Amino acid sequence: MKTDEFVAMLARGNTRVAPRTVEHRFVVGIGLGTVVSSVLMAGTLDIRVDLVAALGLPMFWVKLGFAASLMLASLMAVLRLSRPGMPVGRTPGAVATPIAALWLLALATLFATAPDQRLAAVFGATWVVCPWLIAMLALPVFGGIMWALAGLAPTRLRTAGATAGLLSGATAVLIYSLHCPEMAAPFIATWYVLGMALPTALGALLGPRLLRW
Amino acid sequence: MNSSGQAASTEQHLRGLLLQGLAGDSRAYQAFLQALSSYLRAFLRRRLAGLPDEVEDLLQECQLALHNQRHTYDCAQPLTAWVHAIAKYKLIDLLRRRALREQLHEPLDDELNIFSTADLDAAEARHDVEFFLAQLPPHQRLPIMHMKLQGLSVAEAAVATGMSESAIKVGVHRGLKALARLLGANG
Repeated sequence: MKTDEFVAMLARGNTRVAPRTVEHRFVVGIGLGTVVSSVLMAGTLDIRVDLVAALGLPMFWVKLGFAASLMLASLMAVLRLSRPGMPVGRTPGAVATPIAALWLLALATLFATAPDQRLAAVFGATWVVCPWLIAMLALPVFGGIMWALAGLAPTRLRTAGATAGLLSGATAVLIYSLHCPEMAAPFIATWYVLGMALPTALGALLGPRLLRW
Repeated sequence: MNSSGQAASTEQHLRGLLLQGLAGDSRAYQAFLQALSSYLRAFLRRRLAGLPDEVEDLLQECQLALHNQRHTYDCAQPLTAWVHAIAKYKLIDLLRRRALREQLHEPLDDELNIFSTADLDAAEARHDVEFFLAQLPPHQRLPIMHMKLQGLSVAEAAVATGMSESAIKVGVHRGLKALARLLGANG
């Protein structure tokens, strides 16, 4: 077909594009994924029995703040990555900041802990299951974000996939915090981060396969 | 008007047409695609100098991609950056597919096509390689060009570039790895 005819054909297929289509897709994808993950958590893990008492503990809010700031930063990053030619700007720094802050807090905590208590602070009571449960809770959200991205146009597929994984991991941490009784910063800095790294790696692996257009 | 001023006014004009098109005005949208096609054709022709037959097909593929992805344009973003990123993505996709296809076909038709235009094939392959080579830093690109494309020895390449022999070896090694990454599945 001649290029001019092709252009005319495309133009005939033009309809009004709703503004904020990109943001809308992410709201739907993340929203649905979060609902499924929350039901999964409430159904299989139960909300921690002392949740109301935990609301008064600073470390509970540190966990929520960590997850929320990482969610926000990785959401900003994935929004930019889903538009061709959009630079990522300062989002890598914004993603790294909460993790670095958590690690600093963990180091400070370890430093202040008696040497024979340090291992216990890192391993807690649930380190065997923690990263796997976070990764499991991340999967529905990951699916939702990948669906959103598949209808958009990322040009850096591996990075976009990994960022989608990180965002799903951070969302899973937020949900898991309502269940998990662990309150030591060194535990969070190790096993929560590992739990988020699993979907991130999955995203890096699947991005180039699933996000082509 | 100087050329950067002209580019800026073209950007403004095309952006206006696209925004009208996104609001539902098909005539403005057609004018946008139409006006863009000459710029895109020039962009693609420069980069596909060894594959002139592919230019028009790839142009249409880019236009289809622009059309299908028009909801990803952020009106605060320079239109040039958005169009360029889409065209580059489709260009790399084409070169990657060709590289893969040529790899797959090699064992099948080596006997039958013995009188094929070897000259032209080499020029095409070389052009693909040069596109990716251009993305490497000079300390990796030059050793590869001298050793792998021109067939010089390590010592000769060292003399030709003024680099040390070990720098040549390291440059070839890292450069080939980087090339493999560029040609690989990574986006």
